[in-house]
Amino acid sequence: MNGLPILTLITALPVVGALVAFLAGKHARTVALVTTLAGLVLTLLVWTQVPADGSIGLLERAAWAPSLGIEYHLGVDALGALMLVLSAIVTLMSVDAAHHVHRQPNVYFGLVLLLQAGLFGSFTALNFFHWFLFWELSLIPAFFLIKLWGGARRGPAATQFFVYTMAGSVALLLSFLAVFLSTGNMDFTELATMASSGQLEQLVTAHLGPVMMWLAVGVLAGFAVKVPLAPFHTWLPAAYSEAPSPVTMLLTGAMSKMGVYGLLRIAVPLFGHQIAQMRTPLLVLAVLTVVMGAWAAAAQKDLKRLFAYSSVNHLGYCLLGIFALAVPAAGAAQQTSQAAALNGVILQMFNHGVTAAAVFWFIAMLQQRSGGERGLNDFGGLRKPAPVFAGLMGIALFSSLGLPGLNGFVGEFLIFRGVFPLSWVAATVSILGLLVTAAVILTVIQRVFAGPVSEHWASFPDMHGGERLAMAPVIGLMLLLGILPQLIVNSMNPTVLNLLAHWRF
Amino acid sequence: MLMQEELTAAFHPQNACIASYAARSLWLIPAVPMVAAGFIALLRQPKRALAAGLAIGSLSFSLFLSLIAFAHVVAGWMSSVAIRETVNFSWIQMGTARVELGWVLDPLSAVMMVMVSFVGLLIFIYSVGYMAQDENFTRFFCFLALFAGAMLGVVISNSLLLLFMCWELVGLTSYLLIGFWYQKPSAAAAAKKAFMTTRVGDVFFLLGMVWLFAETGTLLFYNGGTGSMEPLKLGALLSSPAGLGLTAAGAIGLLIFAGAAGKSGQLPLHVWLPDAMEGPTPVSALIHAATMVAAGVYLIARVYPLMQAGALAGGTTTSLTVVTWVGALTAVFAALIAVAQNDIKRILAYSTVSQLGYMMAGLGMGGVAVGMFHLITHAFFKALLFMGAGSVIHGCHEEQDVRHMGGLRTEMPVTFLTYAVGMLALCGFPLLFSGFWSKDGILEAAQHWSVAKGPFYLLVFGALLTAFYMMRQVSYVFFGQWRGHGHAHESPRVMTLPLAVLAFFAVTLSVIGTPAWPWFRAFLNNRAAEFSMAGFGEPGLMTLMLSSSAVVITGLVLGWFLYGNRSPKAEEADALERAVPLAWLWLRNKFYVDELYGVTVIAFYEWWARVADWLDRCVWGGIVAGVALLFRGWAQLNRLIDVHWVDGGFDKSCEEIASGGGLLARVQSGRVQSYLRVLALAVVLLAVILIWSSRG
Repeated sequence: MNGLPILTLITALPVVGALVAFLAGKHARTVALVTTLAGLVLTLLVWTQVPADGSIGLLERAAWAPSLGIEYHLGVDALGALMLVLSAIVTLMSVDAAHHVHRQPNVYFGLVLLLQAGLFGSFTALNFFHWFLFWELSLIPAFFLIKLWGGARRGPAATQFFVYTMAGSVALLLSFLAVFLSTGNMDFTELATMASSGQLEQLVTAHLGPVMMWLAVGVLAGFAVKVPLAPFHTWLPAAYSEAPSPVTMLLTGAMSKMGVYGLLRIAVPLFGHQIAQMRTPLLVLAVLTVVMGAWAAAAQKDLKRLFAYSSVNHLGYCLLGIFALAVPAAGAAQQTSQAAALNGVILQMFNHGVTAAAVFWFIAMLQQRSGGERGLNDFGGLRKPAPVFAGLMGIALFSSLGLPGLNGFVGEFLIFRGVFPLSWVAATVSILGLLVTAAVILTVIQRVFAGPVSEHWASFPDMHGGERLAMAPVIGLMLLLGILPQLIVNSMNPTVLNLLAHWRF
Repeated sequence: MLMQEELTAAFHPQNACIASYAARSLWLIPAVPMVAAGFIALLRQPKRALAAGLAIGSLSFSLFLSLIAFAHVVAGWMSSVAIRETVNFSWIQMGTARVELGWVLDPLSAVMMVMVSFVGLLIFIYSVGYMAQDENFTRFFCFLALFAGAMLGVVISNSLLLLFMCWELVGLTSYLLIGFWYQKPSAAAAAKKAFMTTRVGDVFFLLGMVWLFAETGTLLFYNGGTGSMEPLKLGALLSSPAGLGLTAAGAIGLLIFAGAAGKSGQLPLHVWLPDAMEGPTPVSALIHAATMVAAGVYLIARVYPLMQAGALAGGTTTSLTVVTWVGALTAVFAALIAVAQNDIKRILAYSTVSQLGYMMAGLGMGGVAVGMFHLITHAFFKALLFMGAGSVIHGCHEEQDVRHMGGLRTEMPVTFLTYAVGMLALCGFPLLFSGFWSKDGILEAAQHWSVAKGPFYLLVFGALLTAFYMMRQVSYVFFGQWRGHGHAHESPRVMTLPLAVLAFFAVTLSVIGTPAWPWFRAFLNNRAAEFSMAGFGEPGLMTLMLSSSAVVITGLVLGWFLYGNRSPKAEEADALERAVPLAWLWLRNKFYVDELYGVTVIAFYEWWARVADWLDRCVWGGIVAGVALLFRGWAQLNRLIDVHWVDGGFDKSCEEIASGGGLLARVQSGRVQSYLRVLALAVVLLAVILIWSSRG
């Protein structure tokens, strides 16, 4: 990029946009739209610029506080770039969906943009200090967005969300301080190199005794809460259901990916060996996340809570893939399985982001048309008055169900392809999740869209031109990635190989 | 268009040379109806003629291409060349391995694609008449075209993954079409039941697929020696043990069969198919009789080398034995239920389940050609019967209960004649009808099966039942006195013409399957077919033909004796009910399988949903509450400190904390400042430790 600091620009853009939005009053949404659109263009540019060999590129490096190991060090590989694109898409969708924010729109959209800055910052940072700042900073706008614009029980939900994530972060922070005390280094890439040669464990043990396992647990705890991994997920249903739906889109579409990304960028590279040692209990938890997430969704009567649990289920597949591949590679067949699982995990991250955001967008429309109703049994027969709405939401729901031809399938297929040879028990039990999710989603379609339409909803308005136009690219993306997943996978594969080559289990 | 570009980029050069034009353009066969479906979806509602025209036109084009491809394969066969042309391409890259897709032109896919597009086309035409009054006419044709595309995709796939993807799309369109009248709660429920039941099979199929992929490194069936259905990989599968005395080949075969059983309504996954009759009748004819439900049979035929792997000459394998027994049991089980049903379409639905059992058993005992021949003949005569039933329903003003019909042979002569042909073909009436030859092929295989004789007797008993229940149905509908409401009328030409065409084939398909000229079997097995009356001279064959004819005629006579020309009143007890009340009750209630699933599988599902929810609320929530209790203590401590050290703002929040409830959420004050303070504290702590440690 001829020395243009594009990653810095990407992170700075929403910060500037947020400032302008704060000052823009009623026009804040327009400002946010322009900013997020520009952000999307920039991130797509980054996606085209990442090194083809799978290494980290677009590096920006400057001294910050060298004596403390703190450095301004940015860079992305295809994984980071994909997360940037996803964050940009989801934020754009969220801003698009939020055209009914009447109370202090300038603050609302300013906070949304700050949240995007937090996402961008954490997906590009390669230094722990820098990364941690953005990781924590993204919490604050999210907290306020739930707290100030949320539903009836928004206060407790926001607090629970904040405190939970903070608790995880503290564990993460303490672990990293120990790493720093032992190595004097906070750079992800350098620490990863040390870890893969075994030097990291030696240094930590020499300085602090045999605590490596505890450090791994601390780091995992931070990410386990964020993703989430059962049983650290209890903050999520409340937060997702109390947040205004456009904010839920951000939480599930983008913020949950910070956790999976953290596992791939930090936890596995540094603590791969420890994760491999804890593999069985971790796999049990991942399977629990998949299966119980789906089943808990089956018990919900509130659509937002239902899809919150469904998100837990879908991200469970990512965790399943990551933990299953944590075995010392023996032979080419196993490496292929690992590569399949990791490709699947990354694809699933992107696809879940787009699909879950779209589903919550549709729920936002449902709420907005029905005066706030969102119970599973509040509707019925909506397909009659709103056929386009039913059709498009149906596509999003079938994508969530994992129907081939839509984006959700390929990631799950690759994950199962990878996991089955590595742990056939985990794969076989997790397959229950696919069944239960299908039952849940078909029940939603049946209750909301089928059956006789009641008097009350006879004039339920269908999607108007603007909404169709806004949703069309999202639906198009689902179809496109369902048929041509290679658009992502073939660019991602070198990064996957590169990551796997440097991980030591 | 995109697909074509992809293709030229990723062509395997050796395939590009080998594959004929017919094989290379094979992808158009499913693609054109799918594109047509896309166009129809974007149409505004009133453009009925255009929608129907697009659907019919696109499928005609597919039929045309299928016939060209078929002719190509036949030409090869006539010059003794076994045609199997594949076009494979790389789809995605994972690690150093690739996921490949592709399509194949061989006798199996050629026969199937001609059948699907031809029967499909007739049903499309029939639908123009049947659905004429429906307000969602255009959407119906959109779904039909999408279905046809997906089904043809299943047929041409040379990759288990591509087949699975099209398979699921077929499932989706089946779901959409069963629930086409979505305002009827029963239709919506039936659609969901169909999707879920088949998905139970499909998740096993998925497991089998990823297992096969992991073991062989490819999901292509044929790929110049390295495909998963070719000897090299099959040998590897056989030498890989999978526990329980199975090889990997056996275990994968069984998992794939679970998928096939779901789609083809085999025991114990048959429950969805009768309910699927909630869909419009053309849908029942197309999807739930002729094509989609046969996809499971086709799948087993496609992966037959895998199912058969490891069998010694004349022997069988575990998977084929399972296929046989499941098929034979399903054949009798469903036929028994069909005896006691009163809905004209449900009788046919159970009959379909039963006939699919015959096909499976035929595959298991006699090989691909035996099972596939019954699939093809059944597709014609069962589509005919369903469309005839649709014509009857149409003529009787949407009445479906056979007890409220009667005497229709005079009111609906064309329907009656064609229906009679279909019925006799289904029963396997001797010599003239295709069903006789295809069913006898299966019985002959069963007679020679080395493992057990059980399936043979089951299938013979099934043949008796088939003749009986069909005679019962025909007597109710076409004979006796009219017992319905209003005046019955014959259907329009657009509906009766396809019936006549199908009736023609229900008879004439016999020609390619008699022992004198077993063309179909020879074609699928790449052997020469010679006309010779000596074919009848095989040991035991004449005896078998005579005895199976006797069985069929016995069934028909028994049916006529009990029901013919009697005009029983609707509220009157059935003739069988009076004779054997208890057995009747079990048959009438379909052996209570739905009820059994209600108290087992569905209860289990609901129970676990409650458990998961309870775990969340009570156990995990309880742990959180416990942690919150600790926090409360900490907050109390904080308060003491705050009283002395910090200003009042924080005090208030702590009092709220102290008075809060059990959950962490409620313990917390919601005051942003205190959490920001934690954050600030953490950052300061970090900085202090960093500075301290860097000095050290």
